[in-house]
Amino acid sequence: MSGPNAAVGERLAQDYAAGFVTDIESETLPPGLNEATVRFISGKKNEPAWLLAWRLQALARWRKMTPPQWAHVTFPPIDFDAISYYSAPKQGPKSLDEVDPELLRTYEKLGIPLHERAALAGVETPQVAVDAVFDSVSVATTFKEKLREAGVIFCPIAEAVRECPELVQKYLGSVVPQSDNFYAALNSATFSDGSFVYVPKHTRCPMELSTYFRINAANTGQFERTLIIADEGSYVSYLEGCTAPMRDENQLHAAVVELVALNDAEIKYSTVQNWYPGDEQGRGGIYNFVTKRGACLGARSKISWTQVETGSAITWKYPSVVLRGDGSVGEFHSVALTNNRQQADTGTKMLHIGRDTKSTIVSKGISAGRSQNAYRGRVLMNPGASGARNYTQCDSLLIGDECGAHTFPHIESRTPEAIVEHEASTSKVSDEHLFLCAQRGIDAEKAVSMIVNGFCKEVFRELPMEFAVEAGKLLEVSLEGAVG
Amino acid sequence: MLRIENLHANAGDEPILRGVNLVVRPGEVHALMGPNGSGKSTLANVIAGRPGYEVTAGSVSLDGVDLLALPPEERAQQGVFMAFQYPIEIPGVSNMEFLKAALDSRNAAQGRPELSALQFLKLARAAAERLGLGPEFGKRGVNEGFSGGEKKRNEILQMLLLEPRLALLDETDSGLDIDSLGTVAAGVNAFAGEDNAIVLVTHYARLLEHIVPDHVHVLVAGRIARSGDKSFALEIEAKGYGWLTAPA
Repeated sequence: MSGPNAAVGERLAQDYAAGFVTDIESETLPPGLNEATVRFISGKKNEPAWLLAWRLQALARWRKMTPPQWAHVTFPPIDFDAISYYSAPKQGPKSLDEVDPELLRTYEKLGIPLHERAALAGVETPQVAVDAVFDSVSVATTFKEKLREAGVIFCPIAEAVRECPELVQKYLGSVVPQSDNFYAALNSATFSDGSFVYVPKHTRCPMELSTYFRINAANTGQFERTLIIADEGSYVSYLEGCTAPMRDENQLHAAVVELVALNDAEIKYSTVQNWYPGDEQGRGGIYNFVTKRGACLGARSKISWTQVETGSAITWKYPSVVLRGDGSVGEFHSVALTNNRQQADTGTKMLHIGRDTKSTIVSKGISAGRSQNAYRGRVLMNPGASGARNYTQCDSLLIGDECGAHTFPHIESRTPEAIVEHEASTSKVSDEHLFLCAQRGIDAEKAVSMIVNGFCKEVFRELPMEFAVEAGKLLEVSLEGAVG
Repeated sequence: MLRIENLHANAGDEPILRGVNLVVRPGEVHALMGPNGSGKSTLANVIAGRPGYEVTAGSVSLDGVDLLALPPEERAQQGVFMAFQYPIEIPGVSNMEFLKAALDSRNAAQGRPELSALQFLKLARAAAERLGLGPEFGKRGVNEGFSGGEKKRNEILQMLLLEPRLALLDETDSGLDIDSLGTVAAGVNAFAGEDNAIVLVTHYARLLEHIVPDHVHVLVAGRIARSGDKSFALEIEAKGYGWLTAPA
């Protein structure tokens, strides 16, 4: 490339540290999706009849639906019969001690501790309970016992179906209905694993909970389902992380996350998404088509989403909050970074139904290389939402002059008694910025990282401490070489 | 200290500098004057290493180091400082953060120990106060929402903190009201010493009443047409540039 911003755009090489493949014996379903596939997955998990019926209903609905076309992304049509819907390591673990050492090494390489020993010995590091999902199954969940003492249930969702079926049956699909959208329907039919959390009344979950998703097998989609229920007056902070090997073909990740907060409950959900983004030419990478939604069912409940999105070839996700309870609060804090040929169409929906509900949206989009980055948001004030208030701030940062930033805010107020504010800005890291920094002795890499971190400050503040550091580093790595 | 020999440079494809020769010694203040388009700012930019300029002949050295062989950040680390004519904003990066990063880079490059946050704050606050930049200055984004005068004072603040060997001030007086001009000039005069040198690029002799130069040069069509002492600046103020022509 040439032009005034040549220096900014050069060397778009990027170093994806999580791109290795684990050599492990897996049981993988042949590609294809039909009733037999769904029955196989359900059977694998010894599911009760109601759940199988629920899945089959979703499959029937999915067949009548078409993929959404409104997002600002382009990709060839996906052949859903070319994807395998189930892949699991052959050696299924019974307890932490029995986890395949190869898997333990995988998670160690990714910096995820799947043992409780180190954490127990360490005084400085706060304890984090981890559920590790490898392709289609959960391979380990740590600190289960300690959590159980506090009454907190944290387990793979397949296990929750067996252990607390009434909770699962009550809330599964209650926030994201099967027919919500094409990918949610697909997930409802085929979901394999994911995490389940229940925090009982008036309980503060004693540690951070986290799920680490890893796609390993080739030609496999990951369709996990997460359900978090915070009972009255409880609090939980939950984190998810994700990576995948570098592969030339695109892989589909179509997850559904449902959050339920009852009276005075609070759920803080943070994501550091680092799926393989594809190479410089846009070959390979994960299609991250995810439906995340929280329902503030109870009065004064609160749900906050914080996401740092650096990976995936295409990101299509809108973590949303339905503010049903009076005085409930919804928050969305997002950093979405795209480089090379990545495409992101992400944002949120805040649906104000109850009175005096409040929502805050802070979206930071960073585009580099030839990537396209779109914020899409919907703020709805229902007729009954008197005293409701939304504040939206939507900032874009462009690095180089071949990328794009787009903003699609939809604001709909059906009551005169609600207040909606929207602010937006676009700025650019230009050669002039880099020269100013260079003239003060600061090299280009440091300058870009300083500018990007400054730009994201407000969002990083929302992340739990150790993840804020990780997120900062991740941005640095993802932008490596974004300037010449 | 600064030695420029037969410097030819293009801005884009257009030849601007056509053989500049200049020697600046420690402790000296040089004023570079000349009509629009004569190459004053280009000379400052070429010394600092701004992209978009191409040196086609000649050399520039600082204390014997070939500056033209170094990327701009290393020139800065060697002690070249340029106060910008149009300082730009870096939103989201606070002034203090920016100043600390700059000072850390210089100290690292020159093998000096890094300042603690406390030492740095003390130093930066004192300098900001001297330039009339209020206490909230440090938290604001670099030049974000600054008035023209504040931006220029911020440039001088950076110079005071970074203590360069060579300070190139590119039209630092432009856009300043008389009070700001006084503050900025006082900052520059406080900086001027036996170990450093200053090159002022300016249109007007007005600045030179506040910062008294040892040498005044007039650039015409990319070459130094004539040099003199401070009285030369007054002569130009009276007669304009028309009577000066580029040397053959």
